[in-house]
Order: sequence, then C-alpha cells, then structure tokens
Amino acid sequence: MTQRPVLVATNIVKDLGHGAGAVRALKGVSLELRPGELTLLMGPSGSGKTTLLSILGCILTPTEGMLTVAEHETNGLNAEELADLRRRHVGFIFQSYNLFPTLTAEENVRLALDVRGDRGPGVLSRAQRALQQVGLGHRMKSYPGNMSGGEQQRVAVARAIAGKPSVILADEPTAALDSENGNAVMELLSEIASGSGSDAQHAVLAVTHDPRTMKYADRILKIEDGRIVGEERRPEGVDTIHQIARGKKRKTDAKS
Amino acid sequence: MTLTLAFRNLFHDRVRLAVTLVGILFAIVLIAVQLGLYLGANQIITATIDHAKGDVWIMAYGNKNFEEAQPINQRARFVALSTPGVAGVVPMITTFIDWKKPDGGTANIVLVGADAEDGGLQPWNIVEGSADALGTRDAVIIDKTYLEDLGVKGVGDTAQINGNRVRVAGLTDGIRSFTTTPFVFTTLSRARSLLSLGPDQMMYGLVSVDPGANVDAVSKALQQRLPDVQVMTKEEFRNRSLNHWMLATGAGVALIGGAILGLIVGTVIVAQTLYSSTKDHLNEFATLRALGSSAGYIHKVILSQAALSAALGYALGMAIALLIIFVTESMALPLPIVMTPGLAALLFGLTLFMCAISAIAAISKVTRIDPAMVFAR
Repeated sequence: MTQRPVLVATNIVKDLGHGAGAVRALKGVSLELRPGELTLLMGPSGSGKTTLLSILGCILTPTEGMLTVAEHETNGLNAEELADLRRRHVGFIFQSYNLFPTLTAEENVRLALDVRGDRGPGVLSRAQRALQQVGLGHRMKSYPGNMSGGEQQRVAVARAIAGKPSVILADEPTAALDSENGNAVMELLSEIASGSGSDAQHAVLAVTHDPRTMKYADRILKIEDGRIVGEERRPEGVDTIHQIARGKKRKTDAKS
Repeated sequence: MTLTLAFRNLFHDRVRLAVTLVGILFAIVLIAVQLGLYLGANQIITATIDHAKGDVWIMAYGNKNFEEAQPINQRARFVALSTPGVAGVVPMITTFIDWKKPDGGTANIVLVGADAEDGGLQPWNIVEGSADALGTRDAVIIDKTYLEDLGVKGVGDTAQINGNRVRVAGLTDGIRSFTTTPFVFTTLSRARSLLSLGPDQMMYGLVSVDPGANVDAVSKALQQRLPDVQVMTKEEFRNRSLNHWMLATGAGVALIGGAILGLIVGTVIVAQTLYSSTKDHLNEFATLRALGSSAGYIHKVILSQAALSAALGYALGMAIALLIIFVTESMALPLPIVMTPGLAALLFGLTLFMCAISAIAAISKVTRIDPAMVFAR
C-alpha cells in the first residue's frame, strides 16, 4: 500500500542573489517523498540539487511555492521555527560528514539527540543502538580523526537516524568515499528507507552525481536547470540490488 | 552536551587555551592587587576612626581627615555634655609633628593623645608591652612596622618630640598610616604637654550617646548648639576621611583606574581568543544549526566556553594574587593588599562578566551563521 507522503513540495521557486545579479535557481519544482522509498536526485553541477535539498530540509526558504514537512506547512515560519521543524522531522547526512572532531562517535550521535532536547536516561542506549544499526558497535568511543571515511559517514548516518526523523536528506553521501565504502553507505540508506533492521520506514532523499548509487534507488529524479526533467521508478516486483542481496542472504541463512 | 562540547572545543587547541588563561590570569591579578590595595588603603584610612569609641565626633570646622586636626576649645565638650542624649565626651589630641631620632635626623609622625581611663582611642594589636604602660613616665607606643623609620630598635629606646624626651613603652602590629606617617600613641596630658597646648584645648571630642538614643538626632542637636565647630557622626567622618585621601588626592582613582584597565585588557584578550575559536569552529556551529539546534543552544555552547575559561582563569589568577598578598604581607609593606571573601566573590563576578562580555562578538558571529554553508564544503 502506498504510504502518505511525509514531505510535499509544490511549485518551489528559488531566486538567489538580488537585483541584476539575481539567479533563478529553482523554477517550479514539485515532488513528494514517502516513507519506505530511497529517492535519488541526480543532475549536473549547477542544476539546483543542493538548493532544492536546502529548501526541503528547511534550511533555505523558497521564494515561491509551498513546502509541507510531516504535515506542517513551512510558509511564513521564522528561522527558529524552521530549526524546530528540522530537529523534529529531518535528518541530514553531509558530503564531508560534518562530525565534531573533538567528540567520539557516540558523543556525536548523542549531541544530535541533545539538540532535539532528548536528555533522558535512554539517550545513551539510543545513540548506541543507532551506531550498532550502522555496524559501528565496536567504534563507539573512537574519534572521527581515527576513523576511515566510510566509518565517519556511517556515524553521520547514525546521527541522522537516531532521532527517528520523518525524512532523511543526504547531500552527496558517497562523493568522498571509495566504491566499497560508497556501496556500504548506500546499502545502509536503502535499509533505513525500507525499515529493515529497525522499527520504522523513512523517506530518504539523496542528492548525488554518482552513477554507482542508482542500483540502490527506488526512484530517481533528474533535475536540470532548476526543473525536474525526469522521474524513473523501479518497476513493481523488481528488487533493488540491496533487496536482491538481502534475499540471497536469507536463502543462505535458511539453508544453513 | 553543551558543556562537553564547550570543554572539548576549549581543550582542543591548548595554545589558544593557554593564551586565554594567561589573559584572564593577568587581568585577575591586576584587578586583585589594585582592589586589594584600595581595600587596604580604606582599612588603614579608617582604622583609627573605627577603633575610636565616639559615636559622634566634634572637631574644628572644615577638618578633612583624622590626621590633620586643628585645636578647639574644651568649652565645646561641656556644651555637648549638657545636650540630651549625650552619655559622655572624651577629648583627644591628634596632629602631625616631628620626631627626633636618637641617632640624628627627624621623621614626621601623627601624635595621638587620649586617656586610657576615658576610653576614646587606645592603641590596639599590642605585641610588646601594654596600653597600661602609657601611664609610665614619657611613655609612647608605636607600631613595629615603623621602628626603622623612627630610628629606634624597640621598647625602652628613647627619642624627642618638640624637645621633650619620649620612651617607647610598647609596640603594636599593623597600625599603619595611609600617609606613611607613623602613629605615635600617648596620654592626653602628655600629648598636650608635648605640643605645648593648654588644658582647655583638644582636637576632637568623641561623643558617646545614651543607649537607645538616635545618633543622627544627637549629632544634629550638637551641631545646633555648637555652631563654631563641626559635628559629624562616626560614619560621616569616616566617609569624609575616605573621600579626602582616596578621591581628593587621586590615590583611589589611580587604584580603581588600574583595576578597570585590568578588566579592559582581560576582556579584550578573552574576546579575541573566544572569537577566533568560534571562527575556527564555525562549520561545526553551522552543522549544529542545520541539525536543528536553536540559536540559544549555540549561544549556550559559547557561553559555557567563556564560563569555563573564567573558572580556570579565576582559579589560577586567585592563586597567584594570594601568593603576592602572602609575600607582601611578610614584607610588612606600608600599604597592605587586602583580600576579603567579598572581594574574592566580586573578582569571580568580574571574571564571569568579563568572559560574558567577551562572548558577545563570538555570539554575534554565530547569530549570522548560514546553516546552508554545510552544503558548500
């Protein structure tokens, strides 16, 4: 059954700059993100991917159009109200990980929960569970400087999912990784979207240039010159590479 | 987590932390010494007035401070004694005069003459001899801090005041003078004799009021009945002496000025280091903002950094200030540096204030932060 969208963008227009130097970066973008789907937003440099991601994440406000996140309309909200919406409903994964170098992996995840105001006794176990979910149960006390790029990005994923957001937005999550680590991160995002290994499905949108990531997508949006110019959806009944791998693993486990 | 993040940010760059702490430390030491000297000066300026038993003081009109008194007629004493609410009036002599050292040379002193049996002002903190010794022939009591200045070695040594022999009969400890002119205590009659004053003359009349009487009302009544002299409550005379020595002479202004300078220097150093630390961590603050933190959360991190710097700098600064006070105390300098719990608390408050003010520039920087910069890397 198709789930209700958790993020709805309608006719988003964004002008950057002022006066004669102003540039229309987005020219009427509409899209919906639903739980259970890993959506890729692909397009050339300067096509408006990052601007769109910033608007969907309530970091930038659109010049025109309407954005609804978790059934909250964002039009007219001030910076603090948008920040409140972000911390309650949006998880971010950045290209350069953006971890705090002076905090351990576990503290980085706990910090994201602290920002949300989650400070109860269960916070530590929630942070640890998120790290275990991304396969870093053994690296909780490690500092980012002592971790590989792949591990750092997995900490960033744990940070994004720890607060159980409605939407996870990833900016070029594999750009700084080799193919092995890039695949691992994409598998993780696919798992998070589908809800396998956790209690809930998420809507995941990843901005990417990387064609290696396409095989993990449930849907691919193509953006050019500030407009969505194409949408490909994985046909019903065709598994993503991640789902195929999981199916094989299940069969192997059943045999053994 | 804000405190953890602030702590880690602070200790991440040890060199910058050291610069910050040295800045706070110097500011604290400078302020502590300047304010300590100010308090010390206050204490020694008012010590004689505080130790005198008079609730109300009668003195020559226009008298600016304890030391520079002019003679008035004893008639004022008798008028005062007949005023309702007055329990007693003790005459006292105080004046600057030369002290001739036994081995030659002179030193300026403040001679204080009051009778032990009348109360009034008697030497305190006596460490050798006793106040009763003033009853013996030619006896005076001086402070051991000034033995060298007065050219004597201790009890039993003699000198001359106004051509009359005096003998050191006791020593006090810590009765210092703001003017660095030593106090020399003796009896009222001996003081009159040394100064060639008549028995009808005195410099001060120390009035004690009846139990339950209103000091201000008695003071006003006395002033009405004694229009030719000045009548002040102890508190008023205390403030007048303080104002004269600390403000009119500029000494207090210099000390307070030094403390303010310390505060400014400390604030600038802490502000500079805190601002550069914030600039270095700008991307982290942008990440926090992107993750949805409120502006207040980020301000809390910066203020925690400032508060941690303040606490560390204060602890180090106070340790050094106390060491300086200990060393100067053992040297028995003419002007003591005083540290009181109140001053220590004030210094802590000033350190927090200095660090909070320093955080303003850093806070204004992060307030303008654009969380979208996290995508620009």
